[in-house]
Amino acid sequence: MQIIRVENLTRRFGNLLAVDNVSFEVEEGTIFGFLGPNGARKTTTINILCTLLSPTSGNAFIDGHDCNLESSEVRKAIGIVFQDSSLDKDLTARENLLFHAYLYNVARSERKQRVEDALRLVDLSERGDDLVKKFSGGMKRRLEVARGLIHRPKVLFLDEPTLGLDPQSRSNLWEFITALPKEHNVTIFMTTHYMEEAEVCDKIAIIDRGRIITSGTPAELKKLIGGDVIYLKTSDNKKAIQDIKKLLGVEASERDGEIFISALKGEVYIPKIIREIGESVLSVRMQRPTLNDVFLKLTGKEIRAETAAAGDDIKSAVRSYRRRHDRG
Amino acid sequence: MISNQLCVPTGDGMIEARAVYVIVAREYKKFIREKTRLVSAIARPVLWLFLVGGGMSKLVPAGGGVSYTQFIFPGIIGMTVLFSSIFSSISIIWDKEFGFMKEILVAPVSRFSVVVGKAMSGMLLSTTQAVIILTLYPFIGLELGLLQIAGILLVCAVLSFSIASFGILLASFYDSYESFSVIMNFIVMPMFFLSGAMYPVKLLPTVLRIVAKCNPLTYGIDAPKNIIFPLETGRMGADFPLFVDVAVILVSSVVFVLIAGKTFERKA
Repeated sequence: MQIIRVENLTRRFGNLLAVDNVSFEVEEGTIFGFLGPNGARKTTTINILCTLLSPTSGNAFIDGHDCNLESSEVRKAIGIVFQDSSLDKDLTARENLLFHAYLYNVARSERKQRVEDALRLVDLSERGDDLVKKFSGGMKRRLEVARGLIHRPKVLFLDEPTLGLDPQSRSNLWEFITALPKEHNVTIFMTTHYMEEAEVCDKIAIIDRGRIITSGTPAELKKLIGGDVIYLKTSDNKKAIQDIKKLLGVEASERDGEIFISALKGEVYIPKIIREIGESVLSVRMQRPTLNDVFLKLTGKEIRAETAAAGDDIKSAVRSYRRRHDRG
Repeated sequence: MISNQLCVPTGDGMIEARAVYVIVAREYKKFIREKTRLVSAIARPVLWLFLVGGGMSKLVPAGGGVSYTQFIFPGIIGMTVLFSSIFSSISIIWDKEFGFMKEILVAPVSRFSVVVGKAMSGMLLSTTQAVIILTLYPFIGLELGLLQIAGILLVCAVLSFSIASFGILLASFYDSYESFSVIMNFIVMPMFFLSGAMYPVKLLPTVLRIVAKCNPLTYGIDAPKNIIFPLETGRMGADFPLFVDVAVILVSSVVFVLIAGKTFERKA
């Protein structure tokens, strides 16, 4: 079943076309990755899905409810972890969770139990009565994920969930998040600009400047760029290239003193190459395509080369638009 | 983070009531946790009552047996209510700045319940502080009956709901706490000085008197004057009849909470 359905979604802020005719679907119980550089309008799209922003045109449905017209139903069906913390730092972890339980109308008989379960889920049971301001970044993020699950949503939105975390907290959080669909029967919709994080997704849509450039499984997207790349250093590159073309029948060219060969199954070609021109080979390395390569190929730029500036530009454009238009 | 559509109450009153309750509970919990905030909230009116009142009463002669310190007592209670109600609703700006507002805004509760919850938080916190200030009455030579005390607190409750709603209306227009000093200097302080708290409205020049008459705080302070000095008809006495005072603060409460509700729905 398609738990999220987005059809030709468009949002303008004055002259700025922020979200441009976006369509996609998310299968229930999967992890869907929304991937793009800063300023790609990932958060704007999430805000429309979360009923915080209405679209200029197009439709979005979550669990069959229209995000624009049935906001109350949609809100009950979703949990959200925003990019910036939305915890009350002057309350304890337990109080933050309890607040959420009240706000989402969790039955009195279940409230306490759900809060305790949530704390245990993210290993914060012992810190439950500490003020959130004493928590580390990773603890806060975990607490927010736990909070988002308290009312048992069907879809959990995670907007850059690992932003600003150290590598260890990041990998801990990922382990936890990837287990959620099975253990909690929830669909994950996440945004990230870390390519390697998107690899855990069942399906990915790559967004840039408000448009979806491509979508598919991580494997499908990697296929787009034609498989693995083998890099060779030889004692005579020119001769080696000729030999490879003649003996193996594959394209090869030279760049920065290295020969590179594109091959669908790199691991099969390496032994062949060694067999044919083994005596001149000085070194061999192979690179699997990453989503970064996909992004690079499709947009012509590195995903992380985009600086925060691009995002800031849009943020300030949106802000001034709102100031002028009474925040329509 | 804005939506064009208004979030209509779902019709399930229990859900909305529970949301109002938990919003109030959160504010109250934070209020009693922050001892310094409570102390400074109490210190200001106490200083005004005894230092300004004590000093000015040497300059301003008593009228009809009412000393200047006694005269400003209703105004000092009004000041307590004014500041604590405004502070309480300004917390919306803090909530926006620190992100917590988003947690509230994506919850399946109507925007109006959020406003009512915030206004009721202001009411609870302000009336609590008013009780503390009110206990000072024996120290300035006043005698109050139980009925009078109950009446004053009732007025404080309605007045604080009104001012807190007004504060929410203000807070809806601001996103950062730099705006806080603007609100304090250009709205809250003039409201206080043009409320009959420190001097009778009837003695003000015409223009200022008109402004004072448009200020709901004026009636919120005039009501306790009526209650505390029921027999005083001179310059130290109340400016308006008690029923007018009560009517104005009741109506202003309803009007402000509705406007604040609409504005918050549209802006937040």
